[in-house]
Amino acid sequence: MNIQVNGQWRELAAQDLSAALEELGLGGAVIATALNGEFVPAGSRQGARLADGDRLEVLSPMQGG
Amino acid sequence: MASPDSLRVYGVELGSRLLLGTARYPSPAILTEAVKASGAQLVTASLRREAGGERAGQGFWSIIRDLGVRVLPNTAACHSVKEAVTTAHLAREVFGTPWVKLEVIGEEDTLQPDLFALVEAARILTREGFEVFPYTTEDLIGAERLLEAGCRVLMPWGSPIGSGRGLNNRFGLKALRARFPEVPMVIDAGIGVPSHAAQSLELGFDAVLINTAVSRAVDPVRMAGAFARAVAAGREAYLAGPMEPRDMAVPSTPVIGKAFLG
Repeated sequence: MNIQVNGQWRELAAQDLSAALEELGLGGAVIATALNGEFVPAGSRQGARLADGDRLEVLSPMQGG
Repeated sequence: MASPDSLRVYGVELGSRLLLGTARYPSPAILTEAVKASGAQLVTASLRREAGGERAGQGFWSIIRDLGVRVLPNTAACHSVKEAVTTAHLAREVFGTPWVKLEVIGEEDTLQPDLFALVEAARILTREGFEVFPYTTEDLIGAERLLEAGCRVLMPWGSPIGSGRGLNNRFGLKALRARFPEVPMVIDAGIGVPSHAAQSLELGFDAVLINTAVSRAVDPVRMAGAFARAVAAGREAYLAGPMEPRDMAVPSTPVIGKAFLG
């Protein structure tokens, strides 16, 4: 299905958020996720179903002021 | 062991009154050395989109962990209550802390906080167990509302973020300090040179948060050290009780007993 990952359209085979992160090469990374603007805690990624056209944000620690 | 004059925020003792931002350093190595030179025990950080295989965020995170300092995640560039609250949740999970520097920007040219949205977001986050450090202005009513919303520290701006203009409204900041003498206050934003930081502490503010003034200096590591000494001097001066300015000269050398040579 087509998912928008950090603003870029990606074709993913994964059906849930946890699998999507593995597919994106981000398994095990220190990240936080939001699906369609809503925070999805790490513990809820498995079973967080993806649908065509979903917007996924994958965020990681960055420099800040 | 905490020193007797350490800063206490949300029940945590911080040995340094200099808080340091981590953005816009020339390199990760210079960031590391600048944090060490500053003596800061609390640094700010943010969340940004992870760019696929680069894993830049993971590298930054390991630098911060190696430094052994506390992290204050921010909600920089958020313009609405929802955006700021969601960002705070994301940050709490990544950084493993209930602390959040809450920014809700209301105006692009000055990056002035939207106090109405800030208070609302602070109320929501406090209810959800966050310990909120609100980036605010010197507005007294805004401060009162933030305290009512559950904030136990305030972070008024000195002047617009990154402007380096120092304390733009010294009178307003003094009034804020006097109105809430027991509330820890950190001057956040607008500090350009160490003398601005010293002035902030001399006025009785508890700490300063510096980023651009250090990271964009020609020698950030050296500037971090300069700020550390200015903050220490400003705090000492405040504790020593500065004299009040006068309009007229007062001779410092006693005139009694002066020889008559005219």
